[in-house]
Amino acid sequence: MRIGVFICHCGSNIGGTVDCAQVAKIAEGFPDVVYSTDPMYTCAEPGQAAIEAAIHEHKLDGVVVASCSPRMHEPTFRRTVARAGLNPYMFEMANIREHVSWIGKDVAANTHKAAELVKLAVAKLRQDHALTSQEFPVKRRVLVIGGGVAGIQAALDCADGGIPVVMVEREPTIGGKMAKLDKTFPTVDCSACILGPKMVDVAQHPNITLYANAEIEDISGYVGNFTVTIRKKTTYVDWSKCTGCGTCTEKCPAKKSFDRFNEGVANTTAITIAFPQAIPKKAVIDPKFCRQLTKGKCGVCAKVCPTGAINYEMKDELITEEVGSIVAATGYDLMDWTVYAEYGGGRYPDVITSLQYERLMNASGPTGGHIVRPSDGKEPKSVVFIQCVGSRDPSIGRPYCSGFCCMYTAKQAILTKDHIPDSQSYVFYMDIRSPGKMYDEFTRRAMEEYGTEYIRGRVSQVYPDGKGQMVVMGMDTLLGRPVEIRADLVVLAVGIEASKGAPALAEKLRISYDHYGFFMESHVKLKPVETNTAGVFLAGVCQGAKDIPASVAQGSAAAAKVLTLFAKDTLQSDPQIAKVDIARCVGCGKCIRTCPYGAIKETVVRNAEKAQVIETMCQGCGVCTSTCPQGAVQLSHATDNQILAEVNALCQA
Amino acid sequence: MKIAYYPGCSSQGSSLDYELSTQAVLRRLGIHVVPIKDWNCCGSTPAHAVSTELSSALCARNLDLAAKDGAECIITPCPSCLSNLKATTKRLQDPAKRARINELLDNPVAETVPETTSVLQAIVRLTTPETIKSMAKRSLKGLKLVVYYGCLMSRPHALMDFGDPENPMMIEEMLANLGATMLDFPLKTACCGASFGIPNRPMTAKNSGRILELAKNLGADAVVVCCPLCQMNLDLRQDQANQAMHTHFAMPIPYYTQILGLALGAEPDELGFNKLIVPATKVVSHILQGTGGSK
Repeated sequence: MRIGVFICHCGSNIGGTVDCAQVAKIAEGFPDVVYSTDPMYTCAEPGQAAIEAAIHEHKLDGVVVASCSPRMHEPTFRRTVARAGLNPYMFEMANIREHVSWIGKDVAANTHKAAELVKLAVAKLRQDHALTSQEFPVKRRVLVIGGGVAGIQAALDCADGGIPVVMVEREPTIGGKMAKLDKTFPTVDCSACILGPKMVDVAQHPNITLYANAEIEDISGYVGNFTVTIRKKTTYVDWSKCTGCGTCTEKCPAKKSFDRFNEGVANTTAITIAFPQAIPKKAVIDPKFCRQLTKGKCGVCAKVCPTGAINYEMKDELITEEVGSIVAATGYDLMDWTVYAEYGGGRYPDVITSLQYERLMNASGPTGGHIVRPSDGKEPKSVVFIQCVGSRDPSIGRPYCSGFCCMYTAKQAILTKDHIPDSQSYVFYMDIRSPGKMYDEFTRRAMEEYGTEYIRGRVSQVYPDGKGQMVVMGMDTLLGRPVEIRADLVVLAVGIEASKGAPALAEKLRISYDHYGFFMESHVKLKPVETNTAGVFLAGVCQGAKDIPASVAQGSAAAAKVLTLFAKDTLQSDPQIAKVDIARCVGCGKCIRTCPYGAIKETVVRNAEKAQVIETMCQGCGVCTSTCPQGAVQLSHATDNQILAEVNALCQA
Repeated sequence: MKIAYYPGCSSQGSSLDYELSTQAVLRRLGIHVVPIKDWNCCGSTPAHAVSTELSSALCARNLDLAAKDGAECIITPCPSCLSNLKATTKRLQDPAKRARINELLDNPVAETVPETTSVLQAIVRLTTPETIKSMAKRSLKGLKLVVYYGCLMSRPHALMDFGDPENPMMIEEMLANLGATMLDFPLKTACCGASFGIPNRPMTAKNSGRILELAKNLGADAVVVCCPLCQMNLDLRQDQANQAMHTHFAMPIPYYTQILGLALGAEPDELGFNKLIVPATKVVSHILQGTGGSK
């Protein structure tokens, strides 16, 4: 075999703490190495051209590049060697940046370790075989999980591009958090007015199938061929008959049911239609409050329903959909702010969340858009907004910024003045983060035109003064003195967290999620929409805090990725999958039980039970190879012999 | 279990009523304690404001005396003593700090010293709500009370081990069990001004005034306390607070042990009620006769 080795300097990234020329010189002594060099930037055009030239000039049949993580450039260099006529799997990468130069400053030790890693890569390459991908067809349908503004945008863009879309929404209506907002910054236009038409488009688009009040039960398969099981949660109302007339909601006697859509600022009935513009506009019974379902007698809604749509016996239903790609757009929830005992921990009715305040200001909300205090229904004249409640606070494990609270607090202060001209608003803030287009101008308007008093500092305590007002004690860190404000209403800008159940969904999607439950993009800067699972894309806050414009942009970006994927008739499979040596397999079936993807099935060969890998299902994880007592299952490109060659290269020094 | 009792300096003077009522309550509940013989200052503010090591050494001597007397735990009514005893116990775990403390002492501190806890927590741990209720001779029914724990009893959270540092409920649960109506008191762990009563009287007057004002607004019959310094600021300095706030409060500030003691059948004199500056006559007569509280 004739192997070429390229030790990349990566500018000073590697060259600064590794003697790359020395590593290249050492590599000349490794078996089968006929050419070794140390380019400055191997991934740059001249660097790749040099690899191609070396393959031709030195008649190389294998290449080792020692540079960054294979996560970064393995696909790049596989294409490079393929252009020069080699099989792309006759290539190995040694990571001497993340694993060496970035983690140590001792040049001698780094150089030694880099040389060892190159030796390991050479040993592996000597055992490598050419591998070929299979082609397989793509199902041109996409699943969008989550019907907030990001999911809606992704669904509409895909549908307009001619792709059939399956949308699954957990709540009875799509619209997400945006549907609950009153106005939006920085233009102060009505949220429902700009979102409503898009929601209607979802309902009417011939390419979109909407499952509301439904959740993802299971996902199997792989890019181009996912099988999705969807649980349609029971609504106790036959939606094929329900016309959304609302008679049932008027007559329902259980009027003290928790109002999810209105964030609990008012009560609702046990059978509800979330809001006037709900899509689908269908009724849902909350079984926790329904008298028929809890006490066994009532049945009022069934009596008044003109179409006979009520069905108390209804059960959850499972349906299966086949799709080629998935967009996750599951959004966020507010964190549980009651951990803050200093703000009353939820004991005081006139301390509310910003989202509750949106419902109080909203004309379709429970107060018809009149801002009133939950405790006594009076109009507040003095309103205190506290920012960063559950954001940027390492003491409760939430060090991150929720991104949009500074802006909506300014908006709420402006709207408060619009609603109640003789009111005064105060905002306690840490910093004002307003980097968007027209954003800083907007916060200035809140201060300068609307007279909102901005106080830089944290609030130490909020408590009722016993005479009907709330006392807000805090610190003005610019003046360096404590402040005390009597407020009629306190609004907390509560920080966001990943949507409830996000980690569980990530496990089903086989995508990564961070410490806080936000889904991980494939690359923080360069692949913000992709995930590490091919065919699964991200949109909106499920990936990290962002406002409406950014969510919409990412929704469109995810749709573009889906359309790009579906632009090809077939996809190439990854050949790094498990293979069964029929002669060695004893048919014990252990691999079938341990495979996490159900990718191994039983087959009969000459009357003997054997394992067989379903090539399109195998993800190449290697669990079966370590399970097999006979060593009969081998993972291509990571066989026992290849791994042992690496171990020997390291240990026989 | 042998329980050592550390009274603290205020028990000898300004909070004699706390000491009397604590002893009366422990006696009636059958909790036997042995005072630490030849105890000394806990190293409170005058000492620890100057030198942490001096303060620790003073405390360490008390801990050592209790350890050599074979006590399994130490209890003290005063939050400040408690804080110092607990902090010193923690410092003694650091060999370097232990060595410096030992340098200041005639005899090195025992290798292990008993754990310190508040009298309040000891009562909660050694009794049950049912036994206290069964031992009660009088009801607290009809009394509207707020509890003011002060800043120190629950903080720092990790050291004091007193439950929720912002909203402790121990005394509320104890007195509600005996029939009292316990009002939610948001300022229960706010600052009363503490020892700033001496160098910065207006500040202490304002802080204490705020606490009294809220108690008054909520309609409380008394503010129940568990700290000698808080009690002094709210009771002895109530006139100063009234002047600062332009108010005329006459809010009784009894210790929780005084209220608990009355319920357990002790007489007002035995509990030191005559030591209070703002008289608690209405509260006492309500408990004694079942009348006189708020309507």
